[in-house]
Amino acid sequence: MPTLEFQGKQIEVDEEGYLQNLDDWTPELAAYMAQQDGQELTDEHWEIINFLRDYYQKYQIAPMIKILVKEIKKTMGPDKGNTKYLYQLFPDGPAKQACRYAGLPKPTGCV
Amino acid sequence: MSKQPKPPKPDELAKSIEYKTPETQWMETPVKFKPGMWCYGSRPKYLEEVGMPNPREWSPADDDWKLPENWKEIVLDGMKDRLGKYRTFKLFMDICVRCGACADKCHFYIGSGDPKNMPVLRAELMRSVYRKYFTTGGKLFGKTAGARELTEDVIKEWWYYYYQCTECRRCSVFCPYGIDTAEITIMGRELTNLLGLQTDWIGGPVANCYHKGNHLGLEPHTIQSNIEMMCDDIEEITGIRIEPTFNRKGAEILFVTPSGDLFGLPGIYTCMGYLMLFHELGLDYTWSTYASEGGNFGFFTSNEMAKRLHYKIYAEAKRLGVKWILGGECGHMWRLVHQYLNTWWGPPDFLEVPKSPITGTVFENAKSTKMVHVTEFTADLIKHGKIKLDPSRNDHLKITFHDSCNTSRGMGIFEEPRYIIKHVARHFYEMPENTIREKTFCCGSGSGLNAGENMELRMRGGFPRANAVRYVHEKYGVNMLANICAIDRAALPTLMQYWVPEVDVCGVHELVGNALVMTGEKKRTMDLRLEPLPGMEDEEEEE
Repeated sequence: MPTLEFQGKQIEVDEEGYLQNLDDWTPELAAYMAQQDGQELTDEHWEIINFLRDYYQKYQIAPMIKILVKEIKKTMGPDKGNTKYLYQLFPDGPAKQACRYAGLPKPTGCV
Repeated sequence: MSKQPKPPKPDELAKSIEYKTPETQWMETPVKFKPGMWCYGSRPKYLEEVGMPNPREWSPADDDWKLPENWKEIVLDGMKDRLGKYRTFKLFMDICVRCGACADKCHFYIGSGDPKNMPVLRAELMRSVYRKYFTTGGKLFGKTAGARELTEDVIKEWWYYYYQCTECRRCSVFCPYGIDTAEITIMGRELTNLLGLQTDWIGGPVANCYHKGNHLGLEPHTIQSNIEMMCDDIEEITGIRIEPTFNRKGAEILFVTPSGDLFGLPGIYTCMGYLMLFHELGLDYTWSTYASEGGNFGFFTSNEMAKRLHYKIYAEAKRLGVKWILGGECGHMWRLVHQYLNTWWGPPDFLEVPKSPITGTVFENAKSTKMVHVTEFTADLIKHGKIKLDPSRNDHLKITFHDSCNTSRGMGIFEEPRYIIKHVARHFYEMPENTIREKTFCCGSGSGLNAGENMELRMRGGFPRANAVRYVHEKYGVNMLANICAIDRAALPTLMQYWVPEVDVCGVHELVGNALVMTGEKKRTMDLRLEPLPGMEDEEEEE
């Protein structure tokens, strides 16, 4: 099992770097994961990461990208409520990269 | 093991395909695990959750696969047991004459040039072991009789190549003996699963399906909330509010679709098409948040697992007291319904022979399964003139149709989707004859191979399909690839993006939803993706 060393602790991740245990997540760890990718988390990133985490709490899965876009539109206005904006923030794709920082597992099946 | 690499650029990949004979005989050519060609091993919790053997951390990239100590005995006993149980397995081990008709019919061979992807040789990987332990000739003459010892390297070779086959069965169409090589792959996966060699991408959906009723692990309130979101979009597009029911006892029909349609893109647009159609018809139907998966990744694991996961659809139909089941645009679900269900469980006697409440058509073909494919249902509606359609709303699309392996070769659905497309749209073009219908080329990602880490394999396997799409794109300007399978809807967008980026992907019922004229709807200016409908704004101005 691959691990990620953070603050002196070995944190279990999968081959793609997703956390194995949701409970291991802390905001500092998210910032560290982003830093490893050469990225700094701004308020705009946090807005999305926090939404993902809240959504996961409620629904036990990452939201569909459409739901994410709608939500961002609602809270941040139509300029930002589009996939282009999300890809600017998370170049590897919001479903993958943002979920990884948020500590959520990636969905599997016919997706 | 760290992340696998992204595939090379399309032109580099295309140039790398070489069809040449290796320098050594196949038995002496060792298997090399190429990055990007295989899936990660299943994490142990997925195996534990469904009671599969040997749960442990393992990676196919490691030398030590942490097999059980008596692994050889387990595999040989497993083979013996299955040779006794499944007559096809015994037959297919014995009868191949190595004529080679199948050799160049496999999309993975065409896209990789690896001789072990020729169906005949892929099968030989197992036949050689069969001969060694189960035939007199093989026992006596060994290698000269095409027999070989079962070793750990053989297990690795099986695993590598039986997860480079999508069980699409194109090769079997060309086999003069009718050998179904998919069944050999199925056995290869069964036997390696006895040792705990599951992939993560199949293990996850299997465990989810067992716990929550669907591959994605969608909870009941998540399903409901996703469908409500689709209804919001439908309202925005048509002005009509749809309120579907969930788990409703006494409904006439239970509707079951793959969970990809409830979550993924472009699957949800297909789902919106179903919702709109059923609303317009006033159909007495219900969704189920328990039987919330048409697909069955258990089928990519073992016969027993497939059987175990499959029955929930019928158990739910019984619990709700519906008369029959309508099934959505799914691929392998239909192979299981048509070719396995009755052998596993016998015809469900608590349901009625499906009869369309709208046209009165009795679906005799579904007499024993009590389950009708939604394209059969919709084609029948169109034939009887029961729905109003405006195909001009799909005028911006030049459409071709990809026959999904399982619905075409597994149950012979060729005409219905085409009939529908020709009525809901006006620009339809067929791909070349030897790449459609029963000779269709696989998406390259079926049978649980649609993961992210094996992308090079997927792009190679999907190359023949993409090549045929490119042909109609260049010849007719085709810009939309329609299909009736959720794995297609998940896999083909990536494939198109890679090989033919000008072409998008949709389910047939997305096209139906666009063309469907609904009672009391407002003027349509958007399609189901909330994109402006070309031409419609101008028309409005003229009026």
